[in-house]
Amino acid sequence: MTTASSAEPTRRDFLYVATGAFAAVGTAAFVWPLISQMNPDASTIAAGAPIQVDLSPIAVGQDIKVFWRGKPIYIMNRTQKQIDEARAVPVASLPDPESDQARVKEGHDNWLIVIGICTHLGCVPLAHEGNYDGFFCPCHGSQYDSSGRIRQGPAPANLPVPPYTFVSDTKVQIG
Amino acid sequence: MSGPSTYQPQNGFMKWVETRLPIGGLVHSSFVAYPTPRNLNYWWTFGGILSMMLALQIVTGVILAMHYTPHVDMAFNSVEAIVRDVNFGWLLRNMHAAGASMFFIAVYIHMFRGLYYGSYKAPREVLWILGVIIYLLMMATGFMGYVLPWGQMSFWGATVITNLFSAIPVVGESIVTLLWGGYSVGNPTLNRFFSLHYLLPFVIAGVVVLHVWALHVAGQNNPAGVEPKTEKDTVPFTPYATIKDAFGMVCFLIFFSWFIFYMPNYLGDAENYIQANPGVTPAHIVPEWYYLPFYAILRSIPSKLGGVIAMFGAIVVLAFLPWLDTAKTRSLRYRPLAKQFFWIFVVVCLLLGWLGGKPAEGVYVTVGRILTFCYFAYFLLVLPILSRIETPRPVPNSIADDVLAKSGKKAATTTASIAVALLAGAALLAGGVDQARAADHGNTPPSQSWSFAGPFGKYDRGALQRGYQVYKEVCSTCHSMNLLHFRNLADPGGPGFTAAQAAALAAGYQVQDGPNDAGDMFERPGRVADRFPAPFPNENAARAANGGAAPPDLSLIAKARSYARGFPQFIFDLFTQFQEQGPNYIDALLQGYEENPPAGVTVPEGSFYNKYFPGHAIKMPKPLSDDQVTYSDGSPQTVAQYAHDVTTFLMWAAEPHMEARKQLGMQVMIFLIVFAGLLYFTKKKVWADAH
Repeated sequence: MTTASSAEPTRRDFLYVATGAFAAVGTAAFVWPLISQMNPDASTIAAGAPIQVDLSPIAVGQDIKVFWRGKPIYIMNRTQKQIDEARAVPVASLPDPESDQARVKEGHDNWLIVIGICTHLGCVPLAHEGNYDGFFCPCHGSQYDSSGRIRQGPAPANLPVPPYTFVSDTKVQIG
Repeated sequence: MSGPSTYQPQNGFMKWVETRLPIGGLVHSSFVAYPTPRNLNYWWTFGGILSMMLALQIVTGVILAMHYTPHVDMAFNSVEAIVRDVNFGWLLRNMHAAGASMFFIAVYIHMFRGLYYGSYKAPREVLWILGVIIYLLMMATGFMGYVLPWGQMSFWGATVITNLFSAIPVVGESIVTLLWGGYSVGNPTLNRFFSLHYLLPFVIAGVVVLHVWALHVAGQNNPAGVEPKTEKDTVPFTPYATIKDAFGMVCFLIFFSWFIFYMPNYLGDAENYIQANPGVTPAHIVPEWYYLPFYAILRSIPSKLGGVIAMFGAIVVLAFLPWLDTAKTRSLRYRPLAKQFFWIFVVVCLLLGWLGGKPAEGVYVTVGRILTFCYFAYFLLVLPILSRIETPRPVPNSIADDVLAKSGKKAATTTASIAVALLAGAALLAGGVDQARAADHGNTPPSQSWSFAGPFGKYDRGALQRGYQVYKEVCSTCHSMNLLHFRNLADPGGPGFTAAQAAALAAGYQVQDGPNDAGDMFERPGRVADRFPAPFPNENAARAANGGAAPPDLSLIAKARSYARGFPQFIFDLFTQFQEQGPNYIDALLQGYEENPPAGVTVPEGSFYNKYFPGHAIKMPKPLSDDQVTYSDGSPQTVAQYAHDVTTFLMWAAEPHMEARKQLGMQVMIFLIVFAGLLYFTKKKVWADAH
């Protein structure tokens, strides 16, 4: 075995670098599908299409839980008291400041639609529980108000609002 | 792994690790400084290739297990869901399925190389026996893996192979029940096979570690079969063997890619695209090609127990080889007589493989017995006798002498021998697979010209859309397509409908959903995520409504139907990438109806005469007639055009990612060929110092 050393780049160096580069590119290209396959497959994506929910059976003060993309979604027909409570709180005093108006659709102020997953560690909070006429998470005691905003406890953020639109006054499309 | 390492860590951290866990030294002595004979030829790269294949099988297998469902009701569809829906699922599945065959091709070459160069002789007996154990484990793993897709061949292969154990006297039946976990092959069987199929590759990996360990203690054999004596006889593993192995691996990957991207179904059996049916045995039960020689031995012994003993004996005898062949000269290069017998033995093995795919009747049984005798005679008679009577030619003094003597003509012979071996291997492979396809008694359908054939083939969008129309208006009144969803109509590489068109087509159907809040099922308009609705609620209803013959699901029909191409056509098919048997058959069948059967042929009541249907009596009435479906694009409204269009549609339904597969295949091929070229020149530069 001889060790050729040269200050100038040689044809041999180029060959070695090119071969090494091909090996690196090939490995990276091979790893791509191995990672990509872990993403949701086509059937999961198709099943995650928007859903339509009929609101007419939900009376004032009631709520239902529907599932979209495997997540529980609370649809709550709020009482006037709940709305008033949610709007009376100074926004700046909240841990995650957000106005109630920003979390509902204008003209449909009684409908609160939130993803029912506690922003602490993912448990499903109970509706109509807790000190704020909203939601209470039994896992670690987070309390959400009647707008789904965090008021007390370890959760860092408000219950997220999913994308949705009102198709009609009694029908909502989630997604 | 041999002796104290000379490895000197460079930096402080590595020194710290090395004094606590000398892993750097282990790697260095095993894969860097390890002295490797300088006269190794390319047959020695198959060890590296096999390691690569084992790693690839484990990686792709672990991934497939993330998406696979080991349940008799769901396994078949979950495999199809992998192929259809998972990102790159078709690629991973093809790699794993074709990879099994590649693994066996490589292991057979590796084993024949060991036989030829006497690599089993002292001091390498344990190394060789570990290899035989790996081979046995591979066979078990391959067999159980083939069961998992739960197609017809999976199920019946599992039934036949597990029944082998029933040949054992007294306890046989109990063992079979134990293997099944029931009274027949069923869900418990599938579950345990999945578990073991996941386990065994890691056992193989463990034995491979022992195999490599034993190799590094005894040192590699070499074509001259003389042990290295001085430093001139060897070169360090890195870079010399590493670069040569890398070149061999990339060449092997090119061969492998041919199957992954262009011939994914060539090595499989069309029957396995039909879901397992415990009530119907396929006409010809044939194992995967790599078991065919042993299957032939099994069938040539006219006794159940005897056949099983002979079959396992054919493998176990390999383990005793070091004591059967006692000749001092290792390499057959210097044993002219033994060399001739070796090649006869290779031919015997190939012929046994060919026989394994033939029906066990007539002359094939006699030939099988003769070949079985020849197989065992090679180990039990020829080698023991030759090692006593043969006078070998003188072996070179040293490896260095061998290299100097051979340097002139080496390249040509190596290339030629590799070419011959590849051709022979391809012939065996193709022969086995082709025979595996049911040679039913229908007429051979004429070959049509298909837009999707060949390496650049694409689906004809117009034909796909018209074909969907024909399916919708005609076929779908009786045939389901359970694996297809309306969303697929808008998938890239498909019929080219827009998402809005697909949604509109879906909304044209009422689909049952529910239960609603009141607990009732209800109907709603179809969505793109829905399956194509089935015409009958279940198979019994379909059977009852169709004169006792349930119309088959059409999702995979274009891959589930095939016919034998015959010798030598199937060998050319490997190179021309011909795999349109299914479409040819469907097209011919749809046009093969004849009002009046030929003289002497009677068709039972409720059946119709079809020229191409196996047995000619088909329950399906002539489905298509001219002007039955109104095309909006002005295409001719003839049965021939309908048949062509609907067949194209069915081919897409069976292989929806074909365009992506062939396109990626071309990129991979170009990349690998350039990479192989670079490695070849790098290897030449590296070895320039060694010769």
